[in-house]
Amino acid sequence: MNKNIDARGMACPLPVINTKKELESMAAGESVEVLVDNDIAVQNLCKFAAQRKYTSASEKIDTDNFKVIITKTDNKDIVKDNAESDESKIQCKPDVRAKGQLVVLSANTMGSGNNELGKALMKAFVFALTKQDILPQTVIMYNSGAYLSCEGSDSLEDLKLLEAQGVEILTCGTCLNFYELSEKLAVGDVTNMYDIVERMEKADKIIRP
Amino acid sequence: MEDLVFCKGGGCTAKLGAGALNKVLSKLPGKKDDNLLVGFDASDDAAVYKISDDIAFVQTLDFFPPMIDDPYIFGQIAATNALSDIYAMGGEVKTALNIVCFPEKMDMNILGRILQGGNEKVMEAGGVLAGGHSIADDDIKYGLSVTGTVHPDRILKNNSCQKDDVLILTKPLGVGIICTAMRVGAASDEAVGKAVKSMTTLNKYAAEVFHDFKVHACTDVTGFGLLVHLKEMLGEQYSAVINSDDIPYFEECENYVEEFYLTGTAQKNRNYMGDAVQFDIDSFMMEELLFDPQTSGGLLASVSADDLEQIITRLKGNGIDAAVIGKVVNRSVHTVYVK
Repeated sequence: MNKNIDARGMACPLPVINTKKELESMAAGESVEVLVDNDIAVQNLCKFAAQRKYTSASEKIDTDNFKVIITKTDNKDIVKDNAESDESKIQCKPDVRAKGQLVVLSANTMGSGNNELGKALMKAFVFALTKQDILPQTVIMYNSGAYLSCEGSDSLEDLKLLEAQGVEILTCGTCLNFYELSEKLAVGDVTNMYDIVERMEKADKIIRP
Repeated sequence: MEDLVFCKGGGCTAKLGAGALNKVLSKLPGKKDDNLLVGFDASDDAAVYKISDDIAFVQTLDFFPPMIDDPYIFGQIAATNALSDIYAMGGEVKTALNIVCFPEKMDMNILGRILQGGNEKVMEAGGVLAGGHSIADDDIKYGLSVTGTVHPDRILKNNSCQKDDVLILTKPLGVGIICTAMRVGAASDEAVGKAVKSMTTLNKYAAEVFHDFKVHACTDVTGFGLLVHLKEMLGEQYSAVINSDDIPYFEECENYVEEFYLTGTAQKNRNYMGDAVQFDIDSFMMEELLFDPQTSGGLLASVSADDLEQIITRLKGNGIDAAVIGKVVNRSVHTVYVK
């Protein structure tokens, strides 16, 4: 029989502990549906399921309501059946990012020609990026591209929107220093050349407007 | 004035996540003062302000809700934790002020026991309790605002390690996991005893030893867990290799991690580290220990390999079972490698 747990308002580790107790008395193939009120609790539940090799799926209902479904699996079945084993990998969030897709913004303008136009085009590019069904895994900004992730940038809200959906937003630290922007970085994290090189090497596709 | 957008999302435990906090702090405007030797932009343990060429004062405050039933022990732990930041900066404790939130209807004897425990630790630290501030609140919270002094040339920064340094940790990891197990009534008396002893041990005794050597960088390991504190220490310039076999921890954690007595804060720390850490090990328990938020944790020091033997001998002489957990290397792709 499938069970429901309302763990909203519970502090960690109670959502996981209550779920664990419930699952102990359940048979393989049965599921428990857990409601929690924050993303960290979702991640802890998914982490628990992954450690126990149970399958899990989660859904964000609204800002304060998340649903996690954990299905008890017989570990022996997973060893026997590789297809099922693949499915048992955690799928924490409906992921709309294309793994291996890297967007490089090497300037705060797009194309060569009039500067004003270049800036307007870049703003439109980042905005259009947020509207894609499939988002990139990472956006890297360097040279004058560093201006885009800093205070005063027209693209700030769009980059924040991308970050909120799990897209990594990275800005070159050397470039921030050069343009004296280090104190003004307003979205994402700082990166370095080793990291940029490695990410470019590993990328399946690099998009550079 | 335009409203500042700070951060979105809720949390699970008392401490705010490192990522969320950085975003908020980075939005506050600052005034430049050359005498402020260490401010919050350095994400260091305490603020340091120079008042003469020989003296700077070190300021810090720390308070939190109880993690243990016994009010006297809670007072000791909260005070030990608050005092620790002074030691992490290489300073000496001078004065402390109580910070108290307490329900009006609750037995005042409980508050008395909390303050008694706190005061004993302030005295052990060689400081004096000089006042405080209390407000009526729904829940108990207690801690200290502490002021100490340090010579401006002897400040122990948290981000100034050097290549080939070795990393020393002065307390075992896992008190966060034990406290979580305790909260759900699953911790053994023995485990709680060990955790309490660790959380009420002043970092004074380790700091005294470090004071006599050229320690390159030092911080106390607290809510952000070992890895996030280590990441701050390494900055952009260095990476570190941690030997998981050398990480000291409370053995009960093996079972408690298996039972998933894990905090939300540890998960926030894991998210904050992201791929800054690479695990070349297959131990979920060790990963969780390295992310475990420490209440009143030990000091993490980065020292020259030449001084190592003497430092360890002196620490042992002071009753501290310190561990050498890894070393500082040239910057590589990831900030921390756990072998």
